[in-house]
Amino acid sequence: MITRTSDRGRRLAVHILLIAGAVLMVTPFVWMLSTSFKSFADSMKVPPTLLPSEWHFENYAKVLTTIDFGTYYLNTILVTLGRTAGQLLLCSLAAYSFACLKFPGKNVIFLALLAVLMVPSQVVMIPSFVIMRQLNWLDTFYVLIIPGIFSAFGTFLLRQFFMTLPKDLEEAAKIDGCSYFRIYWNIYLPLSKSALVSLAIFTILAAWNDLLWPLIMTSSEDMRVLSIGISSFQGQHSTDYPLLMAGAVMATLPIIILFIFLQRYFIEGIAMNGIKG
Amino acid sequence: MVLPVNTPLAVKSKDPNLPAARKRKTSKLAIQEAVWGYVFILPVALGLALFYMVPSAASLILSFTNWDGMSAPAFNGIDNFTQLMQDEKFTHSLLNTLLYTVATVPLSIVFATLLAVLLNQHIKGMVVYRTFYFIPVITMPIAVGMVWKWLYNSEFGLINYVLGAMHLPQPNWLFDEKFALMSIVIVSVWTSVGYNAVILLSGLQGIPSSYYEAASLDGAGTVYRFFRITLPLLTPSLFFVLVMSFINSFQVFDLVFIMMGQQTSLLDSTRTVVYSIWEDGFKYFNMGYASAEAFILFIVILIITAFQMYFQKRWVHYQ
Repeated sequence: MITRTSDRGRRLAVHILLIAGAVLMVTPFVWMLSTSFKSFADSMKVPPTLLPSEWHFENYAKVLTTIDFGTYYLNTILVTLGRTAGQLLLCSLAAYSFACLKFPGKNVIFLALLAVLMVPSQVVMIPSFVIMRQLNWLDTFYVLIIPGIFSAFGTFLLRQFFMTLPKDLEEAAKIDGCSYFRIYWNIYLPLSKSALVSLAIFTILAAWNDLLWPLIMTSSEDMRVLSIGISSFQGQHSTDYPLLMAGAVMATLPIIILFIFLQRYFIEGIAMNGIKG
Repeated sequence: MVLPVNTPLAVKSKDPNLPAARKRKTSKLAIQEAVWGYVFILPVALGLALFYMVPSAASLILSFTNWDGMSAPAFNGIDNFTQLMQDEKFTHSLLNTLLYTVATVPLSIVFATLLAVLLNQHIKGMVVYRTFYFIPVITMPIAVGMVWKWLYNSEFGLINYVLGAMHLPQPNWLFDEKFALMSIVIVSVWTSVGYNAVILLSGLQGIPSSYYEAASLDGAGTVYRFFRITLPLLTPSLFFVLVMSFINSFQVFDLVFIMMGQQTSLLDSTRTVVYSIWEDGFKYFNMGYASAEAFILFIVILIITAFQMYFQKRWVHYQ
């Protein structure tokens, strides 16, 4: 009896602590949403109110008309899709080769790939800018998509996963006369869905939220992605918080929804990296 | 036994000189495998070379030049580095980054450990809690910065309203040099706790329950179990989180850019190294100078990581 009540007490305490923390985590989002529906005057009211006194749904329409939000959206979606599709295809191909095929110099090349992981992106930034200028890629989709396709991290992640798959399948396929590409495409990829989804999520997140790279590499309004778009929006309307918050909601909502549906893969992917180091 | 792949059985009867034929066949296969091996890694290898390795090397070279991004670069030896050591803007940014890191990393890891332990209690609604704690991790940093800037607003912000209601002092957060960096630290801790907690949680789940059962039989209490079993066995995960957090913290940019970017007066107390690199390289086009800054950042990260690797044997227990 005693242990049962103390166990119940302990559970209650755990729930209370977790709820308190969750409130701290969620409040900024609630505030963002609530402000986004307020009128400008309403947002400046003291004391602040949780719910808008009038719901101004037109704030969202106003954001869409005052800045070219549609273009930012489209650009961001295109960049995210391009980088993710490219990375999944090319990194998995290289990962299969590193994990399953024998060729001279493999270990040296793989070590060089790991070395790339060590270099912070800021070191690469300035010469990259020059390379992109030489290629005439500045302020185009090329610069936003192509360099982001080649990922040492993605190759490493998938290679580690492929290493855990049983070799018998590949041997059997070889005896049946399968080409290496068919083995990769018809055996390895279908068996690696969870790892591929994890990598896709990491890439989507990085591409969608990226700021510094597009900030440096693009300049025209037509090439703006969401992060650049809403930060320049803040520059123009620094105090009109209802509009700014409406913009922030629109920029973040797709990723939050994606996360809620795919969170199992998110968590698995992160835990997998955490363990493998 | 598996036969050498693709060796036609007919060869056996036709060719009395069997071992040689088999060798020739397999080496042909080995060549074929190697060719495909190279073909498959070629795109990634070329891309990484062009977009990462060449620029890394170029960055090192550029850091010894006075390049402005346009005219031909001229070598100026270690001028950039000696100048940087005297450049207050840069030394301050280095100091700010260090302060930011030293504040953010321990706070985040302590809260994350606590959270991971709580989430590991086999309670109902774990997935729901995890979702709440994880949403800040995946949200665009620029949007996060905008929301917090609004929360920090000294007159109309929610935080000062709550503090006022509790009769606590209401600082001018982002506009007070004593609080500006701390304000950014709070946001960073808020965004990183969920991520670190997920890694630590998977570490906790790897601890065999038999240890706890044995300890319970010996009559060990909750606190004892936490400090003598949980914490030591969690050290490999803690170590990983610590190394990654340091590396990420040293590269902080987005939050400073969005929250402080327009306030040039207070930028001195919040400018980070990456912010300084961006400013020097892409606002003032001192590309040689900025490359030297990036190089110093790389070295600092490398030294701190190596330091952590070296000292891990003092406190990390691998099972």
